Amino acid sequence: MSAPTQTSARTDDGTPGTSGPNGGEARLLPDAGGHFDAFGGRFVPEALFAALDQLDREFTAAMTDPDFAAELRGLLTDYTGRPSPITEVRRFAERAGGARIVLKREDLNHTGSHKINNVLGQALLTRRMGKTRVIAETGAGQHGVATATAAALFGLECRVYMGKVDTERQALNVARMQLLGAEVIAVESGTQTLKDAMNEAMRDWVASVDTTHYLIGTVAGPAPFPKVVREFQRVISTEARAQLLDRYGRLPDAVAACVGGGSNALGIFADFVPDDGVALWGFEAGGDGLETGRHAATISAGEIGVLHGMRTYVLQDEDGQTKESHSISAGLDYPGVGPEHSWLAATGRAHYEPVTDAEAMDAFRLLAETEGIIPAIESAHALAGALRLGRRLTAESPDADPLILVSLSGRGDKDVDTAMAWFADLDGRADTLDSAANPDPTAPEVEPGEPDAGVGADPVGSGSGEIQR
Amino acid sequence: MSTAAPDPRAFDPGISGRVLAAARAEGRGALVGYLPVGYPDVENSLRAVRALTGEGERPGVDLVEVGMPYSDPVMDGVTIQKAGTRALERGVRTADVFRAVEAVTATGTAAVVMIYWNLVERYGAERFARDLASAGGAGLITPDLTPDEADDWLAASEAHHLDRIFLVSPSSTDQRLAATVESCRGWIYATSVMGVTGTRTQSSTLAPSLVARVRAHAPDALVGVGLGVSNGAQAAEINRYADAAIVGSALVQTLVDADEAGRPDDLAGLRAVVADLAAGVRTPAAGGPTPASAATSTPDPAGAPAPATHTPVTAGTPGS
Repeated sequence: MSAPTQTSARTDDGTPGTSGPNGGEARLLPDAGGHFDAFGGRFVPEALFAALDQLDREFTAAMTDPDFAAELRGLLTDYTGRPSPITEVRRFAERAGGARIVLKREDLNHTGSHKINNVLGQALLTRRMGKTRVIAETGAGQHGVATATAAALFGLECRVYMGKVDTERQALNVARMQLLGAEVIAVESGTQTLKDAMNEAMRDWVASVDTTHYLIGTVAGPAPFPKVVREFQRVISTEARAQLLDRYGRLPDAVAACVGGGSNALGIFADFVPDDGVALWGFEAGGDGLETGRHAATISAGEIGVLHGMRTYVLQDEDGQTKESHSISAGLDYPGVGPEHSWLAATGRAHYEPVTDAEAMDAFRLLAETEGIIPAIESAHALAGALRLGRRLTAESPDADPLILVSLSGRGDKDVDTAMAWFADLDGRADTLDSAANPDPTAPEVEPGEPDAGVGADPVGSGSGEIQR
Repeated sequence: MSTAAPDPRAFDPGISGRVLAAARAEGRGALVGYLPVGYPDVENSLRAVRALTGEGERPGVDLVEVGMPYSDPVMDGVTIQKAGTRALERGVRTADVFRAVEAVTATGTAAVVMIYWNLVERYGAERFARDLASAGGAGLITPDLTPDEADDWLAASEAHHLDRIFLVSPSSTDQRLAATVESCRGWIYATSVMGVTGTRTQSSTLAPSLVARVRAHAPDALVGVGLGVSNGAQAAEINRYADAAIVGSALVQTLVDADEAGRPDDLAGLRAVVADLAAGVRTPAAGGPTPASAATSTPDPAGAPAPATHTPVTAGTPGS
């Protein structure tokens, strides 16, 4: 296990010295073809190459255009409400073995998640390219809501593709998109979830590329999307790094985020990548548990393949057909992952572990009842992971005083129905309503699937031997 | 063919390109017919691909394009998606492609395979090429693999003397179009419209200029035109300016109709469409539109698209 070694070598040096907050290394990749070494690239119909090249050119030009930067900065400040605050959650952290936990509050952004950061950037690019229509895929609906919001703000026509299953479990966000003037298409092909919404958006784009920008919501898909979305989400770590240095005078020992496609995770990782003393942890959706096969833990349990235009880890069968993923969280229910995560995993710079539905929902309720914050179920995976990390770090180094930064990527309003159903079911099985809710720091941990003994203890390292080209 | 610009190297027609050239030598364009292996089931799909060829009894397609169903077919419209999804549910495997290729080549007709790249990569590009060559297959059409990412396939196709048919699009830049043509062997797949597979009533206005752009770069290149071709009249029209017309969804639709009518082994609809198409490409080029094809009962849902795989969510009833 390299992680404890890394995290124990804490960096207290707060100066943005060698790499700098927007520092160098992370910007070296991808290469001109969109590759993160063996990952990424472009596996799409020829028809889309012209549009992808155009996007890459406009993005490159925009990133060196002071007017673009100023306009985006203005939107992020005056419309989104950035910078988002950081919040230390002391009562919640009582379950973390003595580690301190600080949340980066992307849930407080306008529209309720980190998705708006990327959407505003790409909406500006859409206008720059002279296109008048945006399409998007969405899982939990957060990216769809953000896209519908930006479309309203910029006067763009907007269509959002959403798996039919997801329109049912995230009905609130469907209504929000419609109120914002977007057309929501319930996709009934395939597994009727996020991957099929992406397929359908891609088909639309092939036919409409002259007037339409496909506003991908995560760090996935063909190049240059993984790079574009990472750069528009980088603001999360740029802010958080400065906020931690300002408040605590040090960098965190670990950064934790949930990973579906992986945009909030790359956003909060990006500026910490050059900080070798900061461990980066991505928590994937473990669903019912890896051993059941019902999960969405792509890096932990997938194999390298090609999906949605990129080479990356994919949940696939013996023939290379994509397997159905499972998660209580619609936003993490995806059988692929952004190629830069695959690269970070393969290089060992970041670590990935699964968090089960049950662990995530325990953390969901714990945060709500101890801190007055209802997280998105997606973000609850990161919270559960942070509790696990804290216990692990303090068990390994009893004198340590670890500081863990968690990306609270979204708020949980959209999840109230799912959560109430989950807890009604859970509380029907356990007999006392409060036993699971009230944290008792003296109580032994009883959560099933405790990672140190289970599959979670052997994360991406096991897959890295298979990296090949 | 005379041209002012000297052609640096002759286009290599490989195996399947010679089929297109042979049709041209007869004074007509070729007909390429697509069907997925495994639909309605593997055994019936083997009968269906043989039926495409006419089986020596009647005119059929000149070249069969055997499709391999894939879980995420982003270049395919609803008809081929539906057939592919059912084929996968009914257990089709990648290796069944080679059985379908053998079934076609046993009739004396050439076959190429249309397949999404992850399936080849998973099987192993080298191993796939070897097994395809052993089955008598001519090469691959790769809808989501361009020469940019094709190093493994270029090597494997070289080693096993297989054709590699990449796609060009109306949106392709001249630079990309040139690079793609130079990477192709056999022929070039020109997508006639910006869109995915499926039948369309309108003829493409983009296809003639796309074919002309290919020829401007490589005067002896062989070009097939696909997407939206559904009847004999359209095929004949395409073959006035291209070397082959590629038909897929209109053929698959006949199998869907038979399957949904509870007669998965009924190939009568398929044979009727093949007959219309085969007659279409044999219509003398000087003539106008072929009246015969208009009278056929070709299923052509383009005017009233079949129910899509998705529906708008109506306001007021979110998620209900």
